[in-house]
Amino acid sequence: MALTRREFIKWSGSAGVAAAALCLGLDLKPVQSYAAGLRILDAKETTTICPYCAVGCGIICHTKKSGRLINTEGDPDHPINEGSLCAKGAALFQMTENKARLKNPLYRAAESDEWEELEWEDAIEMIAERVKKTRDATFTEKNAAGQVVNRTTGIAHVGSAALDNEECWLLQAVMRALGLVYIEHQARI
Amino acid sequence: MTNHWIDIRNSDCILIMGSNAAENHPISMKWVEAATDKGAKLISVDPRFTRTSSKADIYAPLRSGTDIAFLGGMMNYILTNKKYHKEYAANYTNASFIVGPKYDFNDGIFAGFDSKAKKYDKSMWAFAKDDQGIPKRDLTLMDPRCVFQLMKKHYERYTPETVSAITGTPAKDLKLVWETYAATGAVDKTGTIMYAMGWTQHTVGVQNIRMMAMIQLMLGNMGRPGGGVNALRGESNVQGSTDHCLLFHIWPGYLGTPNASLPTLAAYNEKNTPKTNDPLSANWWQHKPKYMASFLKAMFGQAATAKNDFGYSWMPKLDVGKPYSWLDLFDEMYKGTFQGFFAWGQNPACSGANANKTRQAMAKLDWMVNVNLFDNETASFWKGPGMEPGDIKTEVFLLPCVTSVEKEGSITNSGRWSQWRYQAAKPLKGCKPDGEIMVELFEKIRELYKDGGAFPEPILNLRWDFVKNSKFDAHAVAKLINGYFEKDTTIKDTTYKKGTLVPSFAFLQDDGSTSSANWLYCNSYTEKGNMAARRDKKDPTGMGLYPEWSWCWPVNRRIIYNRAAVDLNGKPWSKNKNILEWNGKKWVGDVPDGGWPPMVDQAKTRRPFIMKPDGVASVFGPGRADGPFPEHYEPIECPVEKNLMSGTFTNPTAAIYGTDTDVYKTCDPRFPFVCTTYRVTEHWQTGILTRWQPWLLETQPQLFVEMSLELAKLKSIANGEKCKVSSGRGMVEAVAMVTGRFKPFTIMGQTIHQVGLPWCYGWLQPEDGGDSANLLTPSAGDPNTRIPETKAFMVNVEKIGKRG
Repeated sequence: MALTRREFIKWSGSAGVAAAALCLGLDLKPVQSYAAGLRILDAKETTTICPYCAVGCGIICHTKKSGRLINTEGDPDHPINEGSLCAKGAALFQMTENKARLKNPLYRAAESDEWEELEWEDAIEMIAERVKKTRDATFTEKNAAGQVVNRTTGIAHVGSAALDNEECWLLQAVMRALGLVYIEHQARI
Repeated sequence: MTNHWIDIRNSDCILIMGSNAAENHPISMKWVEAATDKGAKLISVDPRFTRTSSKADIYAPLRSGTDIAFLGGMMNYILTNKKYHKEYAANYTNASFIVGPKYDFNDGIFAGFDSKAKKYDKSMWAFAKDDQGIPKRDLTLMDPRCVFQLMKKHYERYTPETVSAITGTPAKDLKLVWETYAATGAVDKTGTIMYAMGWTQHTVGVQNIRMMAMIQLMLGNMGRPGGGVNALRGESNVQGSTDHCLLFHIWPGYLGTPNASLPTLAAYNEKNTPKTNDPLSANWWQHKPKYMASFLKAMFGQAATAKNDFGYSWMPKLDVGKPYSWLDLFDEMYKGTFQGFFAWGQNPACSGANANKTRQAMAKLDWMVNVNLFDNETASFWKGPGMEPGDIKTEVFLLPCVTSVEKEGSITNSGRWSQWRYQAAKPLKGCKPDGEIMVELFEKIRELYKDGGAFPEPILNLRWDFVKNSKFDAHAVAKLINGYFEKDTTIKDTTYKKGTLVPSFAFLQDDGSTSSANWLYCNSYTEKGNMAARRDKKDPTGMGLYPEWSWCWPVNRRIIYNRAAVDLNGKPWSKNKNILEWNGKKWVGDVPDGGWPPMVDQAKTRRPFIMKPDGVASVFGPGRADGPFPEHYEPIECPVEKNLMSGTFTNPTAAIYGTDTDVYKTCDPRFPFVCTTYRVTEHWQTGILTRWQPWLLETQPQLFVEMSLELAKLKSIANGEKCKVSSGRGMVEAVAMVTGRFKPFTIMGQTIHQVGLPWCYGWLQPEDGGDSANLLTPSAGDPNTRIPETKAFMVNVEKIGKRG
């Protein structure tokens, strides 16, 4: 009798579990006591796609009530990876739950040798001011040939192939509205 | 990919060349093995015997940078031995087209070369045309000026002996690979290619891929299950970020960025919309004006009107002929052109060629913004090796973003599947989703511009109705990407109310009545819902198309150019690989490349390669910067003093740069070894995300330089000893990894050694893990794409002594 993992979970979670155990001729008691202790038992399941290479493997995330991840694993229903993952994909949990992650905006002043912490509001305001100052100082309405170009060559942008599609679109829209022409990212290298 | 991952299982022969799928796209091997389990042959061609090679039926080594010689020899084998699929080549490609009298090729140079400007006049390569302006053809392929005959003549020069002397591949291995792959030219067989940066990162990168595309066309492998030209893309959404055009030369949906010579939308459309008089050509790009107007409506919404050219003049324009690519960007930064710089989710201090130049360039900025999950070599460049923080004026802002599971949105995989990701976890305290950072930053800038500033129009008029209460909403943007009817519109007796999502790009208009932020994604989020979120595993063709799992561009077509998968009667070339068939009334199977009847119905049909103005695929490519046929040139840095194919040593149109950091050392005895870079499974790209993860770092803790037993003996280096690897541009310390996976090559009678390093490391983390291999690589680029040549360059390796 062949059961996929998902079918097994569905089936073993049903009222027929005892009957099933009889059919299979198994004593499920040790399994049940182990399952009761599993951390993912009451966790929320959410599907995602691996953020590394572009094979696009499916991954299931288990999240506890606090909103933090407790586990990630290959999605057996996904037709490309059918539950399998490579070393990086299998370690996805550790990208999110990682003590080394940045936790607030950092600022390095000119000629300084250290980072200082910034509030988000201050960081956004300081960057916006610099964007405007540079753009206003470098904006070119006409090029050397007298043709209309309406651009700034005072600011350049690179990135990002790791963003979602919706973010990629908005990022190019914002950068082009600001008048940037030096817009590049990972696809060029 | 023209095809998709699961489709690899339908192949009879898989060539993995210019990539190492087993280590860099590990799960793809599931589908490679599904094919080999059924008897398909797997061929691995690589300078190094990789884990992919270990799974292959045939392994053939080649010296880095000699792929065109290898494949040119394969083309010669195919044509000389009549292994091509003649009916396919004659009908579906331009092999039958007659080339005009000005075309010529002599000693490595095509007609029309301007040696001063290092550019070709491509008009010299034009086809001979009839009085309707339609290219003349000879379907017998016998005319001496037809593409087929010119190609035959071009590649006759690529004899096994010459190829072997260039590539270092033993002649018997060449023959075995050529014979095995050419067997897919049989009408019922298909072969596929899996390539990646091993092909793109060369000064002949585009022609590497064109050479293979030409082989695929001559063997009749395009558009077919188990065939295609398949780029294995390295970042989860690099397909999507390319589609949405975070690139200087294109706007979303591959619409060429306007240049300054095109002051109006009408001028742009006139110049950029291809035309044909050929009644058999669908010439799909004739619809470009609709996609342009719909894109501009998505950019500027209500403010975009027919009167103001939909805001066309608000968009920045490029100077004619001037490149603004990655290499040019950092060249300009090094020269002090920029004050400000955004590095959003990227680590250029390690990822680009000639990293020393990049790092020094960043010291010339006034301010820089880096958005990332972790500290990295870009954000902290000012305290990196050789830097004096007190001398560097660059202000740096490092903004913490959230991980992919802490937000919601779609990403597009290599097979063009756009897949929805749900939010699984709450954002880590203090971190923000990238979309929210963009919204907050732009709203602040817009606020500043309300009080005046330079040319505020595009900022004040940027469409923003998808943002509510300063919150980024992925669904709202995804809907705009799909597009809306902007007013009540009647098409073919159906009225679509204003605000209705457009069903597909066939409904888009050029008069401002529709918006679509990216026409290629029109059909991805319709009134039927979010197509990318679908999870139905129906597979009606049994060929693994899964048409209701996620969504695939264009219009959910799973294999591009699929009408080339059938013969002129609309029947599959191979009966056991049926993804599409004409049943007498309509197409059954995959979403066809247009619904026109098969080619036998000459009154109603259209040729299958609908994106090309002539409706056929280009074996002869007169649009490329460096020639209509790929030709072998040596890399900018190479170990040989002459090019055996011609008197033209390197690509005469390659992009090279002139600052003091742009050093090129070819045939220099101080740098005698060929070098290449690659990745390891446990790290991703520069390692910015993975070097901070203890599980992954433990498995691959430090930079290594891999070399052959023979070279190690020659240099008295033992496995595990610390070495210095240097090029004309930089130096890294690396642990010697001595293996049998590299073997010395015999090139033109000489022994040539090759080494390789992963580029996944950086000085910041871990301590003593080594620095970026891109400190060694040259800023030289392909003339078409300007992708840097980081896969073939010259180095020296010396022992430092102590064990690493």
